[in-house]
Amino acid sequence: MTIYAAIFYVLAGVILVATGMAITRRNLVHSIVYLIISFFGSAMLYYLFGAPLLAALEIIIYAGAIMVLFLFIIMMLRVDPSSLRRPDLKQWLPASALGLIYVAIAILVVTQDPGSRTMLEMALTKPRVFGEFLFQKYWLPIEIVSFLLLIALVGALYLGKAFARDAREREEAEK
Amino acid sequence: MNWILGFIILIAKLGVVLVGLLLLAAYLVLLERKFLGRLQIRYGPNRAGKFGLLQPFADTIKMLTKEDTVPAEADRVLFLLAPAVVASEALLIFAVVPFGATITLWGKKVPMVITDLNVGLLYVFALASLGVYGVALGGWASNSKYSLIGGIRGAAQMISYELSLGLSLVPIVMLARSFSLVDIVRAQADYPFILVQPVSFMIFLISAVAETKRIPFDLPEAENELGAGYHTEYSGMRFGLFFLGEYVNLQVLGALVTVFFLGGWRGPLLPPVVWFLIKVLAVAVLMIWVRGTLPRLRYDQLMHLGWKFLVPVALLNIVATGAFLLI
Repeated sequence: MTIYAAIFYVLAGVILVATGMAITRRNLVHSIVYLIISFFGSAMLYYLFGAPLLAALEIIIYAGAIMVLFLFIIMMLRVDPSSLRRPDLKQWLPASALGLIYVAIAILVVTQDPGSRTMLEMALTKPRVFGEFLFQKYWLPIEIVSFLLLIALVGALYLGKAFARDAREREEAEK
Repeated sequence: MNWILGFIILIAKLGVVLVGLLLLAAYLVLLERKFLGRLQIRYGPNRAGKFGLLQPFADTIKMLTKEDTVPAEADRVLFLLAPAVVASEALLIFAVVPFGATITLWGKKVPMVITDLNVGLLYVFALASLGVYGVALGGWASNSKYSLIGGIRGAAQMISYELSLGLSLVPIVMLARSFSLVDIVRAQADYPFILVQPVSFMIFLISAVAETKRIPFDLPEAENELGAGYHTEYSGMRFGLFFLGEYVNLQVLGALVTVFFLGGWRGPLLPPVVWFLIKVLAVAVLMIWVRGTLPRLRYDQLMHLGWKFLVPVALLNIVATGAFLLI
């Protein structure tokens, strides 16, 4: 076992444990902290695989931006952990069924797919080359994804406007 | 043999940079108190040593020997960890900042930067975005209303201004054609980028002051309404770590302005490291001056400035730079 393999298994262990803790904690802020650790582990994994750009983006977007928003909302709401009830059977069953299907497919892919036996070739490039490759070969998927984000943005704007309008109407009605 | 020499040089560089950052942070506190004192027509600290030069040591000893308290019902682990997040995030950013030209030691080229990542600029942003957690979690874990409000304000302010901070640097990356901080300094061999990107410079400076939560953007720790904001409940060296983080951040901010806009370590006559220090200190003094001059913004003014002014201007600046580069 090379030193890289050892680092890989340590990181994989950290990610698994942290994600498990994130799912099982009753305290929402603790869940978020564990999830941040898990994202951090994934970023290290990218770095280990020779993709520092992905590692940086994983931390900036997931660990940095998205989880801060989660934390922000939870701090504003101040949810009392004891008031959260455990999910009942009706919620448990479909969730675990879907999870099991996912695990089964993963095992099938790993054991059956002939491509999983050959090692992928290592590709180390500068961010600039990576960007050129991405935008020359896959410009259409990128545009589609950005369109999706634009729709979410417009949706948020609409909801915010409707909320403000309702509040104004209520205020006027009170007068 | 070569391997061992490289290792020793790396450890030596780490040691020098770490000691330098900590010492400079301690003396920046003194400089700030002295300079603010002068701006407010009073003396500032002048009891410990000549001109108060031993004040940083007196402060450090005081903080180290104070009792380390944890409030009742606080979230103990998060409360204890939050200051370390702030301080280490600030120190780690410096790893990609080039502070001098490459020198030759015993026939071996030694670059004056700890590590030249090809995604250096993104590394800076990744760490800066993690700094929010120290503030937000510290405020939340204290189990105090002042701290919580300070933490929420801090989180809202930092994620708002991170946006304009990032966007203001896109034109710099476009001009330097690289994310690496070493390459960005190299690209300014003829002229510093402040001459061609004054708008970027202003946006970056304003956003960076907001990121470090200094006056006029110090709403997360506004003394007259929140006690001390997110670090109200901290005592001893844990408060010291927040404080240290703030002053290391001031240096990091100065270093980043130097690297992105002022041509890095370049300058005539004096050695590169000296030029670097002069530029960093000049930015730090400017920050202290701003603190002594401007009043605190209101919360709605803060959000308006970030979202409705800085972000659109930064976006327009990117478009303009792109158009200019195409022609």
